[in-house]
Amino acid sequence: MYQPSHFTAVVLFALFASTVFGITMRETPRKMFRYGLYCFALFIGSTILLSWVMFLIAR
Amino acid sequence: MATATNKNAPTAIGQQEGFVYLPLIAGWLVPGAGHFLLGKWGRGALLALSVVCMYALGLSMHGKLYTGAQDILDILGLAGDLGNGLLYFIGRILGLGAYMVQVTTQDYGTKFIVVAGLLNVIAAVDAHNLRTGRKS
Repeated sequence: MYQPSHFTAVVLFALFASTVFGITMRETPRKMFRYGLYCFALFIGSTILLSWVMFLIAR
Repeated sequence: MATATNKNAPTAIGQQEGFVYLPLIAGWLVPGAGHFLLGKWGRGALLALSVVCMYALGLSMHGKLYTGAQDILDILGLAGDLGNGLLYFIGRILGLGAYMVQVTTQDYGTKFIVVAGLLNVIAAVDAHNLRTGRKS
């Protein structure tokens, strides 16, 4: 059984979801790549931000 | 006076010929197949890789494959799983996936499988849009 850490799971999830979003939401390869990268950064960035918020709330 | 042309509109009558829902159905049944039918090999390969990897990772985490619809959350999970097309039915036939979720990783896996299905539906609809000329 594969048991990734929470962060690894988020990175894998973000990678695959961003790939599909990039390809399906934009028309040219350059725009697809940029939008995919944007989605990936938002996934990871929001995860880190919300993790800190929850950490501070829990203290 | 020059007339504005819509680049996204179907440019040829031939684009509307045949069964326009074929890429949609093929894309749902086999991830990326809708794009392959339209000759979009690179896009199709990336979409197939993403959906299949996500589904396989979900199963390797011992995620649950929804089998029935006892309550509303199960119905939603089943709908997401069905988006995987043949992958879901193969998984069911082979008895893959956990019956019960007991550890956190299994919950991640269950969500990976559901989201893989939803992403596959998005990809299939994209193939349909390419077929109808709504997208280039």
